[in-house]
Amino acid sequence: MADAPLRRTPLYERHAELGAKLVPFAGWEMPVTYEGIREEHAAVRTHAGMFDVSHMGEVEVEGPGALAFLQRVLSNDAAKIEIGGAQYSCLCNEEGGVLDDLFTYRLGGDRYLIVTNSANHDADLAWLGRWSRQFGDVAVRDVADRYAMLAVQGPHARAILISALGIALPARMRVSTARIGNRPALVCGTGYTGEDGVELLIDPEIAPAIWAELLDAGVVPCGLGARDTLRLEVCFHLHGNDLTPERNPIEAGLGWCCVEATGFIGAEAVAGARRKGTAERLVPFKIEGAGIPREGNPVLAAGERVGTVTSGTFSPSLELGIGMAYVRAELVEPGTEVEIDVRGKHRPARIASKPLYQRKG
Amino acid sequence: MTLSDAHYPDDLLYHDQHDWARLYGDEHAVFGITWYAQDSLGEVVFFDAPEVGAMISKDASYAEVESVKAVSDVIAPMSGEIVEVNDSLEDTPERINEDPYGEGWLVKVKLTQPEERGALLGADEYRKMLEKA
Repeated sequence: MADAPLRRTPLYERHAELGAKLVPFAGWEMPVTYEGIREEHAAVRTHAGMFDVSHMGEVEVEGPGALAFLQRVLSNDAAKIEIGGAQYSCLCNEEGGVLDDLFTYRLGGDRYLIVTNSANHDADLAWLGRWSRQFGDVAVRDVADRYAMLAVQGPHARAILISALGIALPARMRVSTARIGNRPALVCGTGYTGEDGVELLIDPEIAPAIWAELLDAGVVPCGLGARDTLRLEVCFHLHGNDLTPERNPIEAGLGWCCVEATGFIGAEAVAGARRKGTAERLVPFKIEGAGIPREGNPVLAAGERVGTVTSGTFSPSLELGIGMAYVRAELVEPGTEVEIDVRGKHRPARIASKPLYQRKG
Repeated sequence: MTLSDAHYPDDLLYHDQHDWARLYGDEHAVFGITWYAQDSLGEVVFFDAPEVGAMISKDASYAEVESVKAVSDVIAPMSGEIVEVNDSLEDTPERINEDPYGEGWLVKVKLTQPEERGALLGADEYRKMLEKA
């Protein structure tokens, strides 16, 4: 795996032309930044930025048994997704551990599209395929190669897209079909930044032309660096860091997207965790003063280890160190004082409430 | 805004861990990180400075610089005692990117082993080392 050649998205040449800093990410060669993470972060908070997220995977689920199947594998109540609707949920194992977190879009009566995290795509596909065989009338198809994915985010993103591409846009948490570059496309009213905007699922062949058009329209190219600072400011989970198969949705603060009554895989374990509570919970925190927390830093209270940082960064909006950590359940109250052991230095921090950054207006 | 092109002044001495020293006679020096170091890190958002009076040793870490994405040790090119730290970096750490050899200097040091200068690289040698890497 480590020696496999890195995959490149259809926009790789564009990134190279722009002088992006490219790094390996989940088996892909991806731009981490173009002009600087802070500038890109600010562009999304105040204007409009675009992210090539073509490394993310897509799985199509179709057939008369699609809904029954999705109810079984997804933690949320899939029956609530209307045609043209979108829903966030966890993919859990039998123990209630989180295999992945996903958006599901309902494209038609019995046709759904699931967007996976790239690092989990193959495993998700195998898992979904395996469970689908218990439902005779549903097909699970890997359609990752069919789409390039472009997230266009920020307060001006919608207006720019409407004028640059001449398309109608779906409301937040909705999906619509459109023709982009004279090819069929999906436009999703979702994102990972805490700003308004959409995610475009487009034909890989036309992706470079669409990228160029949006660039001309003033949309700022943004890399995975800003994607991480933006999502962490609004406390969106990152699978592999804040979510893992060893943690259940309840301790991760995702009880809101679990409906145990649907009988999904792992529902019993999740119901148990909800009823009994969990020993630790995932909470956001802010460093008070200097220091930038990083993944793996111990969390301390009264000199004793009480938890572990799972995501940490410098917040460009707040201009201080922020993060999320699993800490003992008795310490989760916002305002609780803790210390983060940042490479041997004990940095005072305070448990905060979500989101860490509140969108203006 | 950062210096967009690699730049290594000829009047400095370089350590292979991407630090520079500007010597004032045999007693005093100013240290900082090179263009290459700041470019690799990206935008510096935090300089964790040593205390004035701290003793530092050649080849050992004496401070940290952090960008949004990463943290990096700063290695002492020579041994000595910290006599001043660049306090302006507390509010404007981006000076390390903008002007790594000028306003982005990190510390002033009273050297304890000035002969260590012999182990450092000249600008040409440092540039050649980077080309090979």
